[in-house]
Formats: sequence, C-alpha cells, structure tokens
Amino acid sequence: MSKRNTLWSWFWMILGGLYFFLPLLATFEFSLKARKGVYSFLAYERVFADPLFLRTFIFSLEMAVFTALAGILLIFPTVYWIRLKLPQLRGLIEFVSMLPFVVPAIVLVFGLIRVFSGAPFFLTNTFTGTNVLLVAAYVVLTMPYLYRSIDTGLQAIDVRTLTEAAQSLGAGWGTILFRVILPNVRVSILSGSFLAVATVMGEFTIASFLVGIRAFGPYMSLVGQNKTYESSSLAIISFALTWAFIGLIQLLNRGRVQTQIAGAH
Amino acid sequence: MASVTYDHVWKKFGDFVALNDLNIHIEDKEFLVLVGPSGCGKTTALRCLAGLEEVTDGQVKIGDRVVNDVPPKDRDIAMVFQSYALYPHMTVFDNMAFGLKLRKVPKQEIQRRVEEAAAILGIEHLLKRKPRELSGGQRQRVAVGRAIVREPKVFLFDEPLSNLDAKLRVQTRAEISKLHQRLQTTFIYVTHDQVEAMTMATRIAVMNKGILQQLDTPQNLYDKPANLFVAGFIGSPSMNFFPAHLRKDGNDLFVDTGDFAVKIPEDRVKTYAPFAGREVIFGIRPEDIHNPQFAPPGIHAASVECKVDVTELMGNEIFLYMVSGKHNFVARVDPRTRFHIGDKVQLVFNMDNFHLFDPASDRENPVAIR
Repeated sequence: MSKRNTLWSWFWMILGGLYFFLPLLATFEFSLKARKGVYSFLAYERVFADPLFLRTFIFSLEMAVFTALAGILLIFPTVYWIRLKLPQLRGLIEFVSMLPFVVPAIVLVFGLIRVFSGAPFFLTNTFTGTNVLLVAAYVVLTMPYLYRSIDTGLQAIDVRTLTEAAQSLGAGWGTILFRVILPNVRVSILSGSFLAVATVMGEFTIASFLVGIRAFGPYMSLVGQNKTYESSSLAIISFALTWAFIGLIQLLNRGRVQTQIAGAH
Repeated sequence: MASVTYDHVWKKFGDFVALNDLNIHIEDKEFLVLVGPSGCGKTTALRCLAGLEEVTDGQVKIGDRVVNDVPPKDRDIAMVFQSYALYPHMTVFDNMAFGLKLRKVPKQEIQRRVEEAAAILGIEHLLKRKPRELSGGQRQRVAVGRAIVREPKVFLFDEPLSNLDAKLRVQTRAEISKLHQRLQTTFIYVTHDQVEAMTMATRIAVMNKGILQQLDTPQNLYDKPANLFVAGFIGSPSMNFFPAHLRKDGNDLFVDTGDFAVKIPEDRVKTYAPFAGREVIFGIRPEDIHNPQFAPPGIHAASVECKVDVTELMGNEIFLYMVSGKHNFVARVDPRTRFHIGDKVQLVFNMDNFHLFDPASDRENPVAIR
C-alpha cells in the first residue's frame, strides 16, 4: 500500500473515532460537573445511592436472564430440528426471525396488552402475570439475535452426522440435544444471550407500557427528564455495561475456537 | 454376534426408489461389502439397518429379530461414519466412552474396555487429546475404537477410508481386515471403491440404481459377473466391451465385431451355440489381452490386429489404449513390451476368459450368457 493510502486510512479511522468517542467524552465530562467548578463523581454517587436505581436494575436484569433462558429453550431446539429434519423451512424461519425488526415495539406491546389483559388470560392484573408477559414480549424482541447466533453456531458443525452417531451409540433426543449438540454451540448461545440481555436492559417502550418505572429503561428515561448530571452518568454506566457484555463475548470466543471435526469436508 | 437379513426391502424418497426389493442374507461373522457407484443405494441400505432411515416396505432383521420399528439405540449395532463424527468437545477417551456411559456401564469397566480398544488400535497415547489435535488417520482409529468398545452384534462402516490419503487408506484397509479376524463379528462395509471391496470382503453385494446386481465372493464376481454392469464395475481398468454378432461357421462359433472376429474355444461352443446368429456383447478384461511375445503358454489365443493409440507405463505393467476399426479397448501387457504410438501390432485375446452378454435379456444391463 502506498504511503498516501496509509495516510488516508489513518485519516478516516481518526475521523470515525472522533465521531464515535467525542460525544461520549463530552457526556462523561459533563457527568463529572455536578459539583460546581470542580470535576467529581457526585452524579455517579447520587445514582448509586438512589434505591430505585438498584431495584430497577436488578428487576431488568432478572427479566433479561429469564428472557435469555426462555429464548434459548424455545429457539435452540427449534433451529436444531429445522436444520436436521426440515431444512426446506429455513428460509421461512429466517424471515419470521426478522419480523421483530419490522414490527415496531409499540405495536407489539399494544397487541399483547389487548390480547392478554382480558379473558381468559388476565395477565396484566397481577405483577407476576405482567412480568410473564414482559418476558414473552422480550423473547420475541430478542429472537433475531438469538436465532442468528444459534443458527450460525449450528452451521459450523455437522448436525446430522453428530446426531446420527449419537443415535447409533444409544443416545435419546435429550442426550443428543444437551450433551452432544449444545456443548458445540455454547459460544454462539452465550453470544446471543449477551446480546439479548443488553437489549432488554436498555429497552424502554415495552417496559414502560407493561411495568412502568419498575424497569431500568423507564427509570433511565425518568432520570433523564428530571436530573441533568445524573442522566449523563447513567448513559455512561449503560455504555460501560454494554461494553462489558461485548468484552465477555470476545473473551469467550477467544477461549474456545470451534473446530469442525464431524463432516470434515 | 448375529446374522443380518434384508427381506424384500424397499426404500422410497418421494418418487425416487433408493432400494428396490433388496434381498440379502449376511451370515454371522461375515465381512460383507456393499459396493456401487454414487446413488446406488448402498448407504441407504446401511442406514436402514442402523435405524437412521425407515424402510418403506419389507423387513430388516438382526438375528431373528425384526428391527424395522426398533430405535437405533436399541439395535445393538455400532457405526463408523465417513466423517468420523467425533464429538469436538470431548477427549478421545470421552468419545470412546460415550456409548458405554449412556448404557450406564460401571466406570472401571468403561476404563478397561476403552484402554483395551485403544491398545488394539495403537492410540493409547492419544486418549487425553481432543479430536482437533489428531490427524485424519488417528481420528479414523478413534471412530473405530468408539465402535469396538460397545461390543456390538454388527459393525457398520460407511465409507470410513474416503477421507484418508492413498497410502494411509491401503494401510488402514489391512488393519480393518485384521480387526475383523480378531473380533469375529459381522462387518458390513459400504464403499464405492472396488479395490477396497475386493481386498476386504468375504462376499460383495454389487448395487446399482437401488437394485442388487450380484451377491458373491470377490473371485466369483471377477470371474463370473452376472451382467454387464457388474462386469464393468469390478476390475480396473474396466472390462472391454464390443457389440458383436455370433457367427456359426461349420462346427465353429465366431464372435464377429465387424472389425475383427475371434473363435470361441470348442469346450465353450455348446454354451453359446443357441445364440448363434444373434447380437451379443463380447467382453474381455485388459489383463486377458497380451503381447503375443509374452502371452502365457497353453491359452486359447485369438489374434487381433490393432493400432496403438496411447501407452501408459506403470512400471510393473503397461496399459495400451488400442484402436481396431471403430472399436477402442485397453490392454494390460507385459512391461517388456516395446510398442510405440501409431504402431500397427498384433495382440492376442485369451479366449479362455471372455464373457458374452445377451442384449435381448435386458437392453440397459444385458445378462451374462452361461
């Protein structure tokens, strides 16, 4: 590559970096100005001292974990079965998995409330019922991430041969699914799960309609409306959390290089 | 240990018939090789026995037990796959022990059996490794080991040598034969490689288009192919075929190809006399065509004039690609032969080892006249 091209590469990289990091740095700098005239972590202290912060954070984290678990239990066996027995349906399932990107969250949540708040479900009448509905909605919302990562993981192994080998070795379907296939797509499932968790943690629309201020997203929005410096510090905390999740995915991916043994072409 | 029977087995995938009324009885401790070109149904037959495919009609028996509706895990068979199908996340030991753990075999017994199998296959030092750390040959051994430890009634091999290089394939071929001698269990082996079939099998089932063409010992398949397909499939290079007319001349019978005519030896005239005056297909193997200078003594030799098109020196033999009129054929001759491209030469056909096929019996796959 010529020297001129290298310079241009650096120029575009620095420009992109500035575009991304400058607002973040400005927000961080602003979040440190809660005490007049000096930089301090006062806004962060106030956020952490607010009991609502911890309560909403834990609530959303719980919902996120349930969402990831429910999503895995629903999507992993489905994708496996489609790859094994109904490969002709893959196109259709891929299309369906993309629907949450197309259907706005507001439409989804109104639909859910309309269907499940009345007879025979009455789910919105209790906290537990609403939480169940929230998790169900989040499973739909995060389906594209989980579906994509699990499908990619299964693509990297020879599902059919591994299954047949296990069958002839005396394994039942449960053993095949959880002791043969799952360990080979663990990294993909974890990646998808982290993406799902990160999405749920910051989700606003569905949470505000179903559980309101009990969830982290609506809490962040409320703080943003009322408290100037705290909202900036919350934005930085959210960023840090998301990056921590991405870092974890990277760490897991680096630790386990998936190699394809079965079906070595 | 057990016998295996395919009793009028049909397998259809929609309109496609993969197995067409398959009937094979495999004796206990036999080494049967299913051989044929791609798509002939050999792997489907194996998968039906393993329980990985359901048969459309007919019965599959292991011993006296009909296993049509028995799940794969309860058939007491062990299968070695073409791609080995080792579990990437398990060590070699765990891969080999997997089937035994599922059967809840005691730990000590698992240890004993895995170590014993590893010793037979010479992979004791690999037990702690993961499959990705093994070479192709080592993976193949682990796959065989995983089958051995189960002590099954029947071993199934689905083209297990296809992913190995040529040298390793020859070596492993011999090892699998030895393993059969040692384990004294029924082996059913699928391959498209007729050399593997000929060298390992006690009997070979040749298949084409879902139909069993011939089931016989390797030598009989080579010497007495039942039809044109088997004759062409078994042997390398393939048998030469010439459309011909069977001409009677006094008491003698001649195979007349239009470009050359060869006399049928007297002791075989009686067999072919009823076909005199009819169209036949004349078949002769390349190894039964000789340079007259080095032809074995005492054979019924028929001389044929032809032109050398291509020569291939193999070291221990020479392949001659010959032209006689509109016919092309291959001869496998003595390495001392000194023919050059374009030479017009005389070769001799060993008429003790020719084959005639009757096109009227089956236009697509004429049956051998015996």
